[in-house]
Amino acid sequence: MTPDQIDIQLIAAVVAAACALPGSFLVLRKMAMMSDAISHAILPGIVIGFFLTNDLNSPLLIVAAAATGVLTVFLVELLMSTRLVKEDAAIGIVFPVLFSVGVILIARFAGDVHLDTDAVLLGELAFAPFDRLVVMGTDLGPRSLFVMGGVGVLNALFIALFYKELKVATFDAGLAAALGFAPAAIHYGLMTLVSVTAVAAFDAVGSILVVALMIGPPAAAYLLTDRLERMILISVALGLAAAISGFWVAHFLDASIAGAMAGMVGVEFGVVYLLAPRHGILAGVRRRLNQKWEFAEKLLAIHLFQHERLPEARTENRVDHLEEHLNWPPDFALRVVRRAEEDGLIRGEDGFLELTERGRDLATEAIVQT
Amino acid sequence: MELIRQLFTDYTLQMVAMGSATLGIVSGGLGTYAVLRGQSLLGDAISHAALPGIAVAFLLTGSKAPLVLMAGAAAAGWLATLLIMSVTETTRIKYDSMLGLMLSVFFGVGLVLLTFIQHRSGAGQAGLDTFLFGQAAALVERDVVTMAVLGGGALVLMALFWKELKVLSFDPEFGRTMGMHMRAVDILLTTLLVVAIVIGLQTVGVVLMSAMIIAPAAAGRQWTDGLGKMVALSAAFGAAAGVSGALISSTTAGLPTGPTIVLCMGVIVIVSIFFAPNRGLVWARVRARRSAGRFHREAVLMDLHELGMQHGDPFHPHEAGALEVMSVRKGSAVKILERLREAGFVRQLDATRWALTSSGVEKARALKEKRT
Repeated sequence: MTPDQIDIQLIAAVVAAACALPGSFLVLRKMAMMSDAISHAILPGIVIGFFLTNDLNSPLLIVAAAATGVLTVFLVELLMSTRLVKEDAAIGIVFPVLFSVGVILIARFAGDVHLDTDAVLLGELAFAPFDRLVVMGTDLGPRSLFVMGGVGVLNALFIALFYKELKVATFDAGLAAALGFAPAAIHYGLMTLVSVTAVAAFDAVGSILVVALMIGPPAAAYLLTDRLERMILISVALGLAAAISGFWVAHFLDASIAGAMAGMVGVEFGVVYLLAPRHGILAGVRRRLNQKWEFAEKLLAIHLFQHERLPEARTENRVDHLEEHLNWPPDFALRVVRRAEEDGLIRGEDGFLELTERGRDLATEAIVQT
Repeated sequence: MELIRQLFTDYTLQMVAMGSATLGIVSGGLGTYAVLRGQSLLGDAISHAALPGIAVAFLLTGSKAPLVLMAGAAAAGWLATLLIMSVTETTRIKYDSMLGLMLSVFFGVGLVLLTFIQHRSGAGQAGLDTFLFGQAAALVERDVVTMAVLGGGALVLMALFWKELKVLSFDPEFGRTMGMHMRAVDILLTTLLVVAIVIGLQTVGVVLMSAMIIAPAAAGRQWTDGLGKMVALSAAFGAAAGVSGALISSTTAGLPTGPTIVLCMGVIVIVSIFFAPNRGLVWARVRARRSAGRFHREAVLMDLHELGMQHGDPFHPHEAGALEVMSVRKGSAVKILERLREAGFVRQLDATRWALTSSGVEKARALKEKRT
C-alpha cells in the first residue's frame, strides 16, 4: 500500500464512523430522509460560504453550510406547521428549492472558480490526500482526516453527553417532554450534527453518498440487535467495513471510491437482510417452517390422546388412518410421525401409534390452552 | 412581447418549453397520487436509483439513444421500488430508511459503473452531467416527441384505470374487499410514476426530479378536494412552471433551466399555500377573524339579555362597561354594540347605555336555545 492509499482508507473510515453515529438516531426516529434533504440543501450554504472565504476548507464555510442545514429543518417544519402539506412532501419541496438556489448561484457567479456541482454531489476521495494540513512547516497529514476526525469526536461527545436524553426522546417523545428534556432542543441538536457531518463529508464522498453512510449501516444494525448501544457500535463497525472494502473494490474496478463504498453498504445490508439471526428473511422462513411442523406434531399428539384407551384406538391411532382423519397426505403424515418419534412424543409399532409420557403432556397442555 | 415572439420563432426555445411543459403535465398529474398516498419521496428514490440502469443499458447496448437509456433507467427505478416495498413489508425496517438506503446505494452503484465506463473508454463526463442536472437546453424534437408519447401513454393508462387508482389512493382496504387486485394496481401506479420520472431526468436531472413530482401536487391540493380537479390543476401547475422556467432561463444568462423550473414551482407552492380559497393561510386568517367577530357579537347579545333577565325585563338597558367585565375584551364593547345596532339587534339610549330591540331579544333567545 502506498501512503496515499493508507490516507484515503483512513479518511474513508473516519467519514463512515462519523456518519454512522447520528445515523442510528435518524433511522430510529424515522427521519432518514432528513439526511437526504440536508445533504442536498447545504449546497447554497457551501456556495455562499465559499464566496465569503474563497476557501473550501474554511471553518466559516462549514458553519455557513451547517446553518443552511438547520434552516432546511426549520423550513420543513414551518411548512408542516401550516398543516397544508405532509412531512414527506414538505421535505421533497424544500430541499430541491434550496438546491436549485445553490446551482443557480454557482452558474451565475462561480463560473471561473474551482467549485462545481459535480464535486459537491459526488465528491472525490482520491484527491483528499493531496490537501495536507501543515502547521509551522510540519506536515501533519491530510486536512480532511483532521476535519472529519474532529466532526466524529464532536458527534461521539454529543451522543455520550446526551445519551439518556436522546434515548428517551427517540423511543418516547412524550415521556421526554414530561421529564423536561426539551425534545425540540434535542431534535435541533441532532439535526445540527447531521448538517455539520454532511458538510464536512461532502468533499470526500459527496452529498448523495453521505446518505448511504448515514442510513445504511444503522438500518442493517437495526436488524441485528434490539439494544441502542449495540446498534450504534454495530453501525460504526459496518460503516468501517464498507469504507475499507469499498476502497479496494474501487481500486480493482478503477471506479469512484465513494460510489463503491455506498455499493458495499448495500451489499452489507443485503447480507444482513437475508441472514440476520432474528429479523432476517431466512430466519423468518425457518421460523414459519418450524411452526408448521410443531403444529402438526401437536395436532398428532392431540389426536392420539383423544382416542387413547378407547375401543376404537386400534383403528384410529394408525399411521394410515391419519390421512383420512386429519386430512394429511400420506407422505406428510409419515414425516410428521417420524419427527414426533425423534422428538420422543410418540412410539410406533407396526403402524400403530402410542403416546409417550411427554407426548401426553404436550397434548393435555395444548388442549388446556385452547 | 419579445419573449412571446421568440417563443414562436426560436426553435431551441420552443423545444425546451414544450419538453418542460410535457414533463410538467405528466409529473404533475401522476405526482398527485404519490403525494396523496404519502409516498412523496418515492419519486426522489426512483430518480436517484435510475442511474445504474442508465449505465447498465449503455454497457449492454453501447448505445446512447435516449430510449435505450430510458428503458434502463426505468428498469432500475422499478427494481428499487420493488425492493423498498418488499423489505418494508417483510422486516421492521421503516419506509423512510429504505428510501434513503436504496436511493443512495443505487446511486453509488451507478456512479461506480459510470466511472468504470469513463475510465475504460476514456470518454468525457458529458453523459453523466446530463442525467445529474438535466440539460433542457439540449432537447431536440425527437426527445420531445419521445417524452410526449411515453408521458401521454402513462396519462392514458391513468385515465383508463381511474377508478382503481382512486380506490388505491384513498381506501385500498375497501378495494380489496371489492375484489380488486390492489397489489397489481400499486405496481401499475409505480410503473406510471417511473415513466414520469424517467422522461424528466434528461430535462431537470436526478436531484430536482422529486420537486417536479411533489410540488405541483402539493400546490394543487390546496385549491380543491376533488381528485379529478386536483390531477388537472397539478398538471396545469407543472406545465406553467415548466414553460415559465424555460422562458426565464432562456432570457437570462447563467440561469440553468432545471433549477429555474424548480424555483418557479416553489413560487406556485407558496402562492397556493397563502392564497388558495378555503385552505389557504390568508383565507384561514380571514375566516378566523370573522368567526371571532361573530362569536363576540353573540356573546354581547346574550350577556345583555342575561343582565336584563336579572331585572325581570329583557329590554332593560345597561352600561357598555358592564358588558366588558363579562365576555369581551376591555374597550371593545362599544364597537361590538355598534355592529349589533347596524344589524338592528340593539339600540343606544344615551351616551353609555344600550338595550336590546325586540329582534335582539328574539335572537338572544334563539342563541341560548341552540347552545343548551
